[in-house]
Amino acid sequence: MSELPSTPLPAPFPAAGNITDADREELRRHGILMTSLEELYNWGRSNSIWPLQFGLACCAIEMIAAATARFDIARFGAEIFRPSPRQADLMIVSGTVTKKMAPQVVRLWNQMPEPKYCIAMGACAISGGPFKQGYNVLKGVDRFIPVDIYIPGCPPRPEALLHGLMELQKQIKREHLTGADAARHTRPEVPSEFPIPAYGAHDLEPTMNPAVWKPAPPLPRSGKA
Amino acid sequence: MESLEQIRDRLLARFPGATVTLVTNPGVAAEHSLLLDAAHGAELALFLRDDPALQLDYCSNATGVDWPDKEITDVKKTTVPDPAGGAPKVVEEKTKHVEPGCLEAVYHLYSMALRHGPVVIRLRTANRSDQVKLPSLTPVWRSCDFQEREIYDLYGIVFEGHRDLRRLLMWEEFKDHPMRKDYVDPDDYEWEPTPHAAVLERAKAHYPVPPAATPPEAPKP
Repeated sequence: MSELPSTPLPAPFPAAGNITDADREELRRHGILMTSLEELYNWGRSNSIWPLQFGLACCAIEMIAAATARFDIARFGAEIFRPSPRQADLMIVSGTVTKKMAPQVVRLWNQMPEPKYCIAMGACAISGGPFKQGYNVLKGVDRFIPVDIYIPGCPPRPEALLHGLMELQKQIKREHLTGADAARHTRPEVPSEFPIPAYGAHDLEPTMNPAVWKPAPPLPRSGKA
Repeated sequence: MESLEQIRDRLLARFPGATVTLVTNPGVAAEHSLLLDAAHGAELALFLRDDPALQLDYCSNATGVDWPDKEITDVKKTTVPDPAGGAPKVVEEKTKHVEPGCLEAVYHLYSMALRHGPVVIRLRTANRSDQVKLPSLTPVWRSCDFQEREIYDLYGIVFEGHRDLRRLLMWEEFKDHPMRKDYVDPDDYEWEPTPHAAVLERAKAHYPVPPAATPPEAPKP
């Protein structure tokens, strides 16, 4: 069985002073734990990601299955689905986002406190999926809110959701508290709330947030039409 | 259960002012239906529900149909005798006329008491633009409530006498009726990674204009 493609774990953060990783390991064997605040902070955050409890379509069934004993999302500390956005760290957009639902999804995202993360679960949340040509389906939730992890599938199996969650944990462990590449939530100039689209006469207004989503240059194909 | 012809004849006998037409379905299913006249729709429906021989007490389904305006070409053939004594000529004269379309509500009725059905009834509006009113059958069958709201939302038929006629699926501010044949859906095809067929045609409108072909520069010596 081939390994799932996976990003490497981040290198351990250097502890204070001139102590090498080998020395750290030696100290750990003697019961002395050396770490940095950043490492400790990220370790705690990445192992207690509380998702927002809401589902939009059939992907939500797989998300529920991931919470059951067979797949057990509690192994990753993410079993506490919060019914309030004020208490949630992670928004799993599990399913088709209709244009009627899109303002509510953005509003929930705005109500979540930083640091917050978003997983687009399944083909619909990524791009509209099989309903892409429908008049009433948003062609990807990333048109309005920033997405950290995309999980393809229709719907993705619970294992895929767990894989996405593990990738998110790695992403959180790589974040820095200070410096030029500090995490998003530590920088006040980075917006954490986004404009909520209004219901228009024919479509949402605006149809996307250009600050969040820029269409990639199209790929005109020559030859076959 | 009596046949649709018998039901039609009984309706016409009971309501002399109404028009009831049998719409035959030429398909294999042969599900024929009764086209009721919209002005008497509510009384006719009440009769169908309360008549002891029918007791159609359950409306399982209500849906809409859009019949767009149809342009029909009439060919009129006239035979012109040849004055020189030859064979008469056949002259074809083509005229076009537009057959106005309409919106239609279709109801499928069953009887729970007598265990028969379905009886399909239809109601038609006068046209598709300004006269789109039909009597609501929600007071007759409660189950039509949400389905008539859905028809109103997607086809734009206004049901008079409905107790709560609001859009069901789309939002209140939405102006169009998406299930109509002439509905144009919003153009958000600006990013299509793998376009094909109809999507490709829509996506092409968003492609940048290719730069004008410039003649290759002459090689420098």
